[in-house]
Amino acid sequence: MTSAVDTPADAARPAPPSGLLTVARAPGWVRYALLAAGLLVALWLPNGLYPAVAVDILCWALFAVSVDLLLGFTGLMSFGHAAFWGTSAYVTGLVAIHAGLPFPAAVLAGALAAAVLAVPIGYLAVKRTGIYFAMVTLAFAQLVYYVANEWRSVTRGENGLQGVPREFFGMDLTDDFYFYYAILPIVLLGLAAAWRIVHSPFGRVLVGIRDNPARARALGYPVHRYKLTAFVLSGFIAGLGGGLFAVGHRFVSLDVLHWTTSGKAVIVVVLGGIGTLWGGVLGAAIVVRLEDWLSFSGFEAIGLVTGGIFVLVVLLFRRGIWGSVAALARRWGVARRR
Amino acid sequence: MSGFAQNTFNGLVSGAFYALLALGLAVIFGMLRVVNFAHGAFYMLGAFGAYVLLTEAGVPFWAALVIMPLALGLLGMALERAVIHRLTRLDPLYNFLLTFGLTLILQDLVKTRYGVQSSPYATPAALSGSVDFGLFDFPTYRVFILGFTVLLCVGVWWVLSRTRIGMVVRAATERPELTRAFGIDVGRWVTPVFGFGIGLAGLAGVLAAPMRAVNPLMGADLIIVVFAVVVIGGLGSIFGSVAAGFGIGLVQAWGESYLSDFPIVSQTIVFIVMAVVLLWRPAGLFGREEAPA
Repeated sequence: MTSAVDTPADAARPAPPSGLLTVARAPGWVRYALLAAGLLVALWLPNGLYPAVAVDILCWALFAVSVDLLLGFTGLMSFGHAAFWGTSAYVTGLVAIHAGLPFPAAVLAGALAAAVLAVPIGYLAVKRTGIYFAMVTLAFAQLVYYVANEWRSVTRGENGLQGVPREFFGMDLTDDFYFYYAILPIVLLGLAAAWRIVHSPFGRVLVGIRDNPARARALGYPVHRYKLTAFVLSGFIAGLGGGLFAVGHRFVSLDVLHWTTSGKAVIVVVLGGIGTLWGGVLGAAIVVRLEDWLSFSGFEAIGLVTGGIFVLVVLLFRRGIWGSVAALARRWGVARRR
Repeated sequence: MSGFAQNTFNGLVSGAFYALLALGLAVIFGMLRVVNFAHGAFYMLGAFGAYVLLTEAGVPFWAALVIMPLALGLLGMALERAVIHRLTRLDPLYNFLLTFGLTLILQDLVKTRYGVQSSPYATPAALSGSVDFGLFDFPTYRVFILGFTVLLCVGVWWVLSRTRIGMVVRAATERPELTRAFGIDVGRWVTPVFGFGIGLAGLAGVLAAPMRAVNPLMGADLIIVVFAVVVIGGLGSIFGSVAAGFGIGLVQAWGESYLSDFPIVSQTIVFIVMAVVLLWRPAGLFGREEAPA
């Protein structure tokens, strides 16, 4: 993370998260074993959890990875990603309801709309860095929220879009269990795309910009354009998640655009581990599962618990789950080699 | 013409709230490099505190106007010592996240205790009625808010520019390391300044209680507008934050009355202004250029 203000405090900020590099440096068999284990868990998930919760986890995994793409690999904390998640949810819902297209086409339309929206927002936001970037993205997301709130003829305002169909060439996907397997390939594609972006030459430049923007500029990289491209790609992936979320719930409400949704996405990433990509998936699974359990047990003040988690994670657990495990594995690896 | 005066006056009054909140954010940011997300929550606590004091203990408005800012200022200082302090040496984003979490906690605490419906708070008797300005008359309470806020802002300006404490705070804001090198104990002022900023938010809340609906979410969306205000004014600039606060209040009030046929525009005009400012002067109207990133 870079800070806009050049204070000595910046010198004391933690070393850039390096979970990605740790995994990349791990022996080949470890990486393949992790990948295989991850896929097996993904295939098993709706057998162990309520399928509806499993669907939510997949959507939030995409959302978290999109936020981490910016936070972990570009050094930009977007506090307004609900704008892309929510816009895609609305566009997906509208396309699915009015055009009757198969749901993947509707989700694609939603994600493209999110990417288009990310162009002007990103263009303005990348003019600032650090905490200002967070405030600017937050404010623009609120702009989108107000527009959706006022534009009742399209968004139905407080009532939300109801009855988003799960159309897929006449197949019956009303059961969440089957719907989960229908969306799993799309989610895996989105995650693979994120992985591909991070490991591409483009992704290496992003990390370079994160760690030393002045040097990246001196080397001749158009820093703003790189950041904007990352922002739009991230908006697209967030949009994939938001669109699937809309079809999954068959309902879109204004909540998808609210700033609490943006904040939740950031904290899911911090909990999982900034700059670890897969940590966000873990974080999403934990937070979604926990919130479901809380609302199921009739606990009303969910904000109390999620807020408490935010505070504890930021105070005591800034490396996140994946980051801590990676650090442990590294230490263990070093110790073994001695 | 009298409609224009009416709109301008109302704009200045809502601008007064933005200015008070933005001022608190700016002094806290200047001293601690912390953007306090919980500022809106403390505003809400100020209003709620006044309401609870009145209904459960019969404490009148004037007493609440003194008690709540002091109490919240102390709470803020305790909070700074207990948690915020631990993160100030890290990237400011961590404290942003921390105070975001605190916001959710504070809102839900009040929500579980008092519910989400709005509670009315009676205007103090001495300030009911209206003041006649010859051509127009304005509600006394609003005139009071405007006068009180302007006095307060002038007072803060005076303290910052004319007293020794103000000198230390300004020096520590601009060059903390150099100020320390001159043998000034900067750390000593961090906690009081944080408490002062929070106290201002609480004060704005008490002032808002008779005018706006008192409910647990009253600060939730307001804080985002205040963020836009400080981006417009330049967060590093205390004068800029106050000026932008009043300015945005005016623009919003004019937008609401002259663009009432386009509710989407009048609701979002703050953010549109922010976009224009970002295009034209990315550092804010009164902000200094950042180090190139």
